[in-house]
Amino acid sequence: MNHLLEVKDLEVKFGLRMGDLTAINGVSFTLDRGERLGLVGESGAGKSVTGFAIINLISKPGYISGGSVIFDNRDLTRLTDEGMRHIRGNLISMIFQDPMMTLNPVLTIGTQMVETLQAHMDISRKNAEGIALKKLRKVHIPSPEKRLKQYPHEFSGGMRQRIVIAIALLTDPALVIADEPTTALDVTIQAEIMDLLLELCESEGTGLILITHDLAVVSQVTQKIAVMYAGKIVEAGQTEDIIDNPLHPYTQGLIKALPDGSNPGTRLNQIPGVMPSLIDIPPGCAFHPRCMIRGDICRRESPALREIYGYRSMVACHMLDAAEKQAGANVAK
Amino acid sequence: MKNRLIDIKNLVKHFDISGGLLEQMALRNGRIVRERTVVKAVNDVSLFIHPGETLSVVGESGCGKSTLARALLGLYPPDGGEIYYRDDRIDGLTQQQMLPYRAKMQMIFQDPYASLNPRMTVQQTLEEPIVFHNPSLSGSEVKERVAGIMKQVGVDPKWVDRYPHEFSGGQRQRISIARALMVDPEFVVADEPVSALDVSVQAQILNLLMDAQEQRGLTYMFITHDLSVVRHISSRVMVMYLGRVCELAPTANLFESPRHPYTRALLSAIPDLYDHRHKYIKLKGEVPTPIDLPPGCVFHGRCPHTNERCSREIPALNHQGQGVYVACHAIEEGRLK
Repeated sequence: MNHLLEVKDLEVKFGLRMGDLTAINGVSFTLDRGERLGLVGESGAGKSVTGFAIINLISKPGYISGGSVIFDNRDLTRLTDEGMRHIRGNLISMIFQDPMMTLNPVLTIGTQMVETLQAHMDISRKNAEGIALKKLRKVHIPSPEKRLKQYPHEFSGGMRQRIVIAIALLTDPALVIADEPTTALDVTIQAEIMDLLLELCESEGTGLILITHDLAVVSQVTQKIAVMYAGKIVEAGQTEDIIDNPLHPYTQGLIKALPDGSNPGTRLNQIPGVMPSLIDIPPGCAFHPRCMIRGDICRRESPALREIYGYRSMVACHMLDAAEKQAGANVAK
Repeated sequence: MKNRLIDIKNLVKHFDISGGLLEQMALRNGRIVRERTVVKAVNDVSLFIHPGETLSVVGESGCGKSTLARALLGLYPPDGGEIYYRDDRIDGLTQQQMLPYRAKMQMIFQDPYASLNPRMTVQQTLEEPIVFHNPSLSGSEVKERVAGIMKQVGVDPKWVDRYPHEFSGGQRQRISIARALMVDPEFVVADEPVSALDVSVQAQILNLLMDAQEQRGLTYMFITHDLSVVRHISSRVMVMYLGRVCELAPTANLFESPRHPYTRALLSAIPDLYDHRHKYIKLKGEVPTPIDLPPGCVFHGRCPHTNERCSREIPALNHQGQGVYVACHAIEEGRLK
């Protein structure tokens, strides 16, 4: 069966006076219809750039320098602007972090929803309003008829994000990319929004790419997780595998760094150092200066993302390769 | 009043945001009247902090937790109530009278990009408080102190002449912590000190704060919305909602058996890494505005256990034994266990 989305060796560069900076360096993953994937990483890992690259929204001086994004049997990196307009906001929608920035403050919610529909289909204002009402009910906005005539500032933060979700779902997209959709919201509202997103994706069969730094949030919503570090995926697999049995030292460090309530007051496990800046990504494995188990090869060669014998996740780590060879040798004996 | 470093009694802080005279004018029933708009940020909050403990204040945006901290440090003059530092009343003091307390009470802010002066080197930033509070120290003594503190917070002392923009977010937060520690405070208020940082750096800063507490016997008031951090570092937790205290309890006790309906809802909303699809308590409606506080219990409009009394009478913060304080009629009447 064909995948809904297949990202292959995606590479994004930013052309600067000092030379090209590689923001995304060979990212590959697939997403099936109705499947939910979490792209996890810290600031600067390249997760948002990946999201933008999928819908070909990288703005200058950035550009997609290699790889392909196959959606629905079409390579989105090669589409014309005209062709892309048919996909973006129609078949693939995006939800951003701050709903106040996404919504136009001088237009009513109704106008913005109708505008979106009319941009993608030949539909009368009246019919468009009908669809808008239906979607607002779906995201549990009380008295939607009244709400359609209101402006974004008349809504609370949580309500605004619901409206953004309703707009994203107007055209019944096959894929929604949500970039930190709850980071600006309080924890009780975050729970509501995540619950809603999950409910809608399940009932409509919509694919979801959830971009976030919060592993706990991802674990509630997605079936798959890809962990990014310095422009690459370092570990990818089923959500429960990644959470319960992380293999890459970075993933392990991330999970151990979270206070989990088991040993209050004790020192937390910290990963020394910080994520490298794009200007000087270390040679070899980008994580090696912060890694506890690094070897000589890590300074020289960049590890490939691949399956590790005996595990279901894909991992990019030389030291696991070595451990695997050891295990293989033992089996051979 | 022994064994209390900080004691706050019935603190009130309101902000008048009505603006100029013209903006206050409104038309009501054909008459022009003058109306004031007041944000009731902190209402009747009482608490005490023992020396050496970490009290966390949690609550969602707009619940008054930062205002409480700033009023406590004298950054906002309170509109009512009393604040004691050990046995001395410190609210309503003049700037001059406040000085000795300022050296003992320091603050760390959320955003290390905004809280450091971009035009001051690390050296200048760190020596300013100590030169101000101890003018008798010689230049070399000050330099020594700066280098010592930098080493302690994990910033290489040879970077003293650099400017804030040359450091990462985590490094900057270390420098703000160093600045707070320069004057050897007893009490530190940390207002969301790790919310702007990445997970791996967050752990570094939390460890640094815990180490500093152990080495110097610091007392912390920790303001945050991140409940997993709260659970890890605090000895007691205070939950606020719309400027009032809902519940105040020892940490383990609060997380194991939250009592107040709002605390229950708040804790249930924390996503759990290992418990996929766990159930959370859905609250109806939204947080009311602190300009127009509901009568009675501030939470009654969203509470699943509300009755007529809740909409009329403000619940008192009652001691339930074992250091647990709860402000809820349903618990007081035994309707909610």
